[in-house]
Amino acid sequence: MIIDTTLLSRIQFGFTIGFHILFPTLNIGLAVFLSIMEGIWLKTGNPVYLRICQFWTKIFALTFGMGVVSGIVLAYELGTNFGPFISTAGGVIGALFVYEVLSAFFLEAGFLGVMLFGWDKVGPRLHYLATLLVTLGTLFSALGILSANSWMQTPAGFHIDAGKYIVDSWWAVVFNPSAITRFLHMVMASLLTTCFAIAGVSAWYLLKKRDLDIAKPCFSFVFAAALVIAPVQILLGDMVGLKVFEYQPLKTAAIEANWKTQKGAPLILFAIPNSKQEKNYYEISIPKLASLINTHHWNGKLIGLKSVPRTERPVVGATFWMFRVMVGIGFLFLFIALFAQWQRWRGKLYNSDRLYRLCILIAPLGFLSTIAGWITAESGRQPWIVYNLINISQGASIVPLHQVIISLALLVIVYGIIFSFYLFYLFKLIRKGPTSPAPNESVADVITETPFKYLAPEGK
Amino acid sequence: MFLILTWATIISLIIMTYVLLDGFDLGVGILFPWIKQSEFRDIMMSTVVPVWDGNETWLVFGAAALYAAFPTAYGILLPTLYMPIMILLIALIFRGVAFEFRFKAHKSQFIWDIAFAAGSILAAFIQGIILGTFVKGYGTHLPLSHSAYHWFTPFTIFTGVAVVCGYALLGATWLIIKTDGFLQEKMFKASKVLLPLVAFFLVSVSIWTPIVEPQVMHRWFSLPNFYYLSPLPIITILIVFYNFYCLQKKKERLPFILTIGLFVFSYIGFCISAWPYIIPHVLPVWEAAAPPSTLKFILVGAAIILPILFIYTLYSYHVFRGKVKTIIHY
Repeated sequence: MIIDTTLLSRIQFGFTIGFHILFPTLNIGLAVFLSIMEGIWLKTGNPVYLRICQFWTKIFALTFGMGVVSGIVLAYELGTNFGPFISTAGGVIGALFVYEVLSAFFLEAGFLGVMLFGWDKVGPRLHYLATLLVTLGTLFSALGILSANSWMQTPAGFHIDAGKYIVDSWWAVVFNPSAITRFLHMVMASLLTTCFAIAGVSAWYLLKKRDLDIAKPCFSFVFAAALVIAPVQILLGDMVGLKVFEYQPLKTAAIEANWKTQKGAPLILFAIPNSKQEKNYYEISIPKLASLINTHHWNGKLIGLKSVPRTERPVVGATFWMFRVMVGIGFLFLFIALFAQWQRWRGKLYNSDRLYRLCILIAPLGFLSTIAGWITAESGRQPWIVYNLINISQGASIVPLHQVIISLALLVIVYGIIFSFYLFYLFKLIRKGPTSPAPNESVADVITETPFKYLAPEGK
Repeated sequence: MFLILTWATIISLIIMTYVLLDGFDLGVGILFPWIKQSEFRDIMMSTVVPVWDGNETWLVFGAAALYAAFPTAYGILLPTLYMPIMILLIALIFRGVAFEFRFKAHKSQFIWDIAFAAGSILAAFIQGIILGTFVKGYGTHLPLSHSAYHWFTPFTIFTGVAVVCGYALLGATWLIIKTDGFLQEKMFKASKVLLPLVAFFLVSVSIWTPIVEPQVMHRWFSLPNFYYLSPLPIITILIVFYNFYCLQKKKERLPFILTIGLFVFSYIGFCISAWPYIIPHVLPVWEAAAPPSTLKFILVGAAIILPILFIYTLYSYHVFRGKVKTIIHY
């Protein structure tokens, strides 16, 4: 592999977007979680649920700030590093980003402040409305991004005139063939990741025998939720897989490390794919299973990587392995959710230190799984920016190599620093825990101790 | 054509809104090194804490709108400005987290002071560099030919320093409104130094550009353009003098408003010089625009959300009106 500007641009974009996606992943899930918890509080009037909301809102605020800071870079990188791509397809993809920014902007300007700092200033119903609108905003933002990315995977709704992309139907662009399933898959990934992040934090409190009144309902709730979400996510994953097979059979071939076109292809559990020699080493496989998974027939035909020239093949190693990481973690989550349910039936959900330790240990895995999923999707899309239409080499900017090296190095250093600070304050918030309701302390005082308080339109 | 003109206007407005809004909060950071006392630094920062990130969001919106409405220009222009944009983004990140962490830090506060000041100065300087590169132009035809460091020339450094001074003036006059006592006194003094400097930069660039660019010369000095356009520099000069007079008289609100006026008129002048090019002398707006279907589609969203945003922005400044006397505490 030659180190050139295009490759470094891709690494840089992958690094910055991979960094960015961590924060929205947690925030979409937390927004939904907060909407539910605040709803329960409104319905029951039980103050425990209010305190749950207040505690997790702090983490939501901290994470939201990181999402904003890391998001700015991406909008510009599309131009600086992939200028020719924007020149040709910007008229399609740019519009989706405009709507994404508008919705994020609108939400941030209007309702986030009320949600974070308005506990004392507006009534509970209005506050709940703000929470719901913020949740809606995060989902709408996610739809914008997933729609844009899905259009790059399965482009639709346009014609090409003199090298420019002209949209015929925005409906077909926004809801392109893979958009909705991939959007739902991402939302479910967020929810599942958040479930296990919350489970990890709650488990830590349970292990330390502190803040039990908050930790127990959270712990119980997220496992009930995970029991539903994990199977749904696996089903959605299957649907995404079918779309991939239908529209991007070579991505399927890379995921399965399948070199030659065959019927009844085996599912490879372990292998070291070698792109140069076009074969796998140390292969362990189950006969016919890959065909069953991808086509839902035992003898379904899978197209092999060798059916196209080398230059048109995706990155096999990354696609193959990251897919397995993603799926592995997904099933692990399902098993843990089932195990927790079993414990619940036996009445032992709250007296198993081993389960607590396990939950703390696997708390970050959801993020890993999400990143792995994205790497699968994106390296499997190669060598295309827009599938079968714009090749990566036509889409990348021509920039002096050393400039990209400098910017990449700077970004890695800067992101390393700010991520360390994020974790530092995150753990500080967790250690400090949900504040116990002091008689003289107003709700807003508790909340205003959060970082990124400046997001408050009426902060003090 | 109507759609293209509308979008050119909207994007000009977005850029101007960004320059004015982020201009003053970057300006506060630029002035940081001249105020040594920690308690005054706290107050300076507190005046922009509630608004700065909303201000910066206009930068993201500008990018998204530009590449949806004028994708060709965005795709050609940004790679040529690779390094300046990357440095700008990193400067803004550092400055952004400085807001976050400065009030939390105790011993390490000086680190965030440096990050805030250096980030602000660097961001303003780079924006000036980008402005200068744009004014300087890229020759006359596509594909653009330029060296790797074409953006780093005496002229662009000159415009870089000019923007730093301009933002500092915005920041100083903003602080005159928001503070009193010692700090306000300091800001009156700073403004009286900065205003003549800014005037000098404006005059220099205004003389320099038409001499070097015949098209700009033609735009301003041919008849009848000259008659229509001459009020613009005259008003700008009047604003400078009136602003200085207000600073002498210790008016609190007018200097900020007049400085905004100065920026607006300079910006209009810049737009008149550049029109109709989105990449100077190479690509006019109508050749860079996205197809009508795209322009229509995004106009729907912009028409709904932008007015709400403008009203909301005004409202939030209304909420935060008045002097900041104590720290906005984290």
